[in-house]
Amino acid sequence: MTDLTQNPASTPGQVPPRHGSLLTQGARTKRRNAAEKRFQLYGMIAIGIGLLMLVILVTTIVSRGLGAYQQTFVTLNVELLESKLDKNGNRDLDEIKKVSTFGYAPLVKTALADAVAGYGIDTSVPAKDMDDLLSKGAVAQLRDYVIENPDQIGQTVSFEFLASSRVDGYLKGRVSRESIANDKSISAEQLDLVDDLIEQGAIRKQFNLSFITGADASDQRPEAAGMGVSMVGSLFMMLVVLVLSLPIGVAASIYLEEFARKSWLTDVIEVNISNLAAVPSIVFGILGLAVFINYMHLPMSAPLVGGLVLTLMTLPTIIISTRASLKAVPPSIRDAALGVGASKMQAVFHHVLPLAAPGILTGTIIGLAQALGETAPLLLIGMVGFIASNAPDSIASGLLAPNSAMPAQIYEWAKRADPAFYERAWGGIIILLVFLVTMNTVAVILRRRFERRW
Amino acid sequence: MSFVKMTTSGLALAAFAATAAAARDQVQVAGSSTVLPYASIVAEAFGENFDFPTPVVESGGSSAGLKRFCEGVGENTIDVANASRQIREKEIQACADNGVTDIMEVRIGYDGIVFASDINGETFEFTPVHWYKALSDKVVVDGAVVDNPYTTWNEIDAALPAQPIQAFVPGTKHGTREVFEEKVILAGCEETGDFEAFKAAMGDDKKAAEKQCIGLRTDGKSVDIDGDYTETLARISSNKDGIGVFGLAFYENNTDKLQVATMSGVTPSTETISTGEYPVSRPLFFYVKKAHIGVIPGLKEYAEFFVADEVAGPDGPLAEYGLVADPELSETQSAVSNEETMGSNS
Repeated sequence: MTDLTQNPASTPGQVPPRHGSLLTQGARTKRRNAAEKRFQLYGMIAIGIGLLMLVILVTTIVSRGLGAYQQTFVTLNVELLESKLDKNGNRDLDEIKKVSTFGYAPLVKTALADAVAGYGIDTSVPAKDMDDLLSKGAVAQLRDYVIENPDQIGQTVSFEFLASSRVDGYLKGRVSRESIANDKSISAEQLDLVDDLIEQGAIRKQFNLSFITGADASDQRPEAAGMGVSMVGSLFMMLVVLVLSLPIGVAASIYLEEFARKSWLTDVIEVNISNLAAVPSIVFGILGLAVFINYMHLPMSAPLVGGLVLTLMTLPTIIISTRASLKAVPPSIRDAALGVGASKMQAVFHHVLPLAAPGILTGTIIGLAQALGETAPLLLIGMVGFIASNAPDSIASGLLAPNSAMPAQIYEWAKRADPAFYERAWGGIIILLVFLVTMNTVAVILRRRFERRW
Repeated sequence: MSFVKMTTSGLALAAFAATAAAARDQVQVAGSSTVLPYASIVAEAFGENFDFPTPVVESGGSSAGLKRFCEGVGENTIDVANASRQIREKEIQACADNGVTDIMEVRIGYDGIVFASDINGETFEFTPVHWYKALSDKVVVDGAVVDNPYTTWNEIDAALPAQPIQAFVPGTKHGTREVFEEKVILAGCEETGDFEAFKAAMGDDKKAAEKQCIGLRTDGKSVDIDGDYTETLARISSNKDGIGVFGLAFYENNTDKLQVATMSGVTPSTETISTGEYPVSRPLFFYVKKAHIGVIPGLKEYAEFFVADEVAGPDGPLAEYGLVADPELSETQSAVSNEETMGSNS
């Protein structure tokens, strides 16, 4: 507008007199060009900040989380004493099971003391404190082995036990002799012993598959905690979400877009779907608690309930993206189909829907990715907590047995006291990010490959 | 079209879901975040040693846990509530209103509440009076009740460092808060004689005077932490002047970041707490719904296993993690095996 008011004397249609040459830039042109340059600079700065944040984020996550994929192991020969494990010597499984994990502790202690003596290591650590080097889960590992192989009782078997979280932290540089000055779980003498055992090759750090496949562990043994079971929990929830929200969402949007007459009712529905997409996810959690658990009496902490809650959350996303991709199919396709005698339903299902499919799939995958990273609604239906169940053995138990989800597991680890859990939380974030990036990549590829533009 | 197939399978799943209100076969626990580590250690060992599935343990605070506990009887309610304080009359009433009448109270041991600050900061030697004066909303200065005027610790006691007062205390949904109020703030209030002054000013109303004592200042010097101790720790690492209230076990896992303050000259440890020298300790409990015993498999076994000598005893894994073993554990064990409920034995 300023251009017009610049020269009040000029009349419409008349070019205002030029004050300078075309080759030299006037002050105003210079200003405009400078403004454009500045704007481009702002844009580049904004992108730069975004990229920098991304780099910081990714490097922090990777540098803090990679440690969780390595774990310290101690190799020990344990003599499975018959006098401790099977007093009557009849190899009766029920009798063997009566020996609790506490009964196995002396075996591990003796094995470690013997190993230290066998290597000829001179240490001031008394034999009864040596098992601080080992994970508290070592006894459970031993007991499981004996119950599975009762015929091995009386033999000496070589085991690879996890080292305790402090020893593991020492090998990873998280724990040092200064940082444990006031620590009761480990002493400097014990770290000296660890150094000696590393020299003998009995303690070493290696890739830790059980972090990817294992279950959560209690506060006392962070070294044994893994993401595997919560991954399965997430998987079952996503299965429920996919199976429920895709057909419901697609059916709802086809009806709204192709069949329903425009009326105030459809307008109200449309507005409400958009509103629903903006509802904070915790609200769906409260709803899930009230409806699915308290009213329908579905089990607590079950991925089925988690999936149902996340379905409610994902539905609006799917409906909105499906409607958008249905709208993008040109009306001429429908008209042509109807023109050669197809019914309305045939036109939609034979022509419109296949053409809209890539868009629908993309929306679904993005909706699923969103649901995968959701923790808040799970908080209220009991999926956030110490849930160390084993991997489910059937689809029904996968849906109904208590389980956690990946983001919930990460949250749970981040608030535990032992700093070793902190590392695992970061490690878990890597797995979660890998999933999200994969899903988004699949969505992009699908769109690139199959999307048609008119 | 696969669309039709998907719809049918979706409906089948929904139908299956509706009929799936089948029996729950794992113990469901919720409550105090102080008890959570102990409960999870027990749950894990329970799952390893018994043929029952590993119990599910959620946190959320003592009050939140007891509230869920009192929601009613049935498989869609929790079986066990962990609490870092005793159940209140009001909560027992709320339970009874919802049909939860037979409640078993199980004391698992004692836990110390410690005051800790950044490892590289100043060292503190507190008494309850210091904390009362630092955090109470109103204090008595020269015989008059005034808004809390103190901004640095050395204004309260010249022996304390000249550091701004910044405290991170547990929020009201935590059982730790109640113990903190009672054993630190109220104790300090009574020790200074302010309690008597409040009582006199309020017409001899003891309850109102107590309430006046434990009302914490709201000018930002005292911050309620509703999350877990990790949040308190994060606050302290970002604000080096901060002093946080922690459980002993949490402090012992983070000795590389925190230094602990003495209280009335005693350093907190499992030893000083078990002898009673360290003043700020409290019993930890869990509450069991008796109506669920025999319905939820493994519930009684879990309760018995929790208080077994090899678990909660002085050499067990809980003591190793920071719990102060209960000297009267054998009585608790017999109470659990006899399924004694609250009120039946006292």
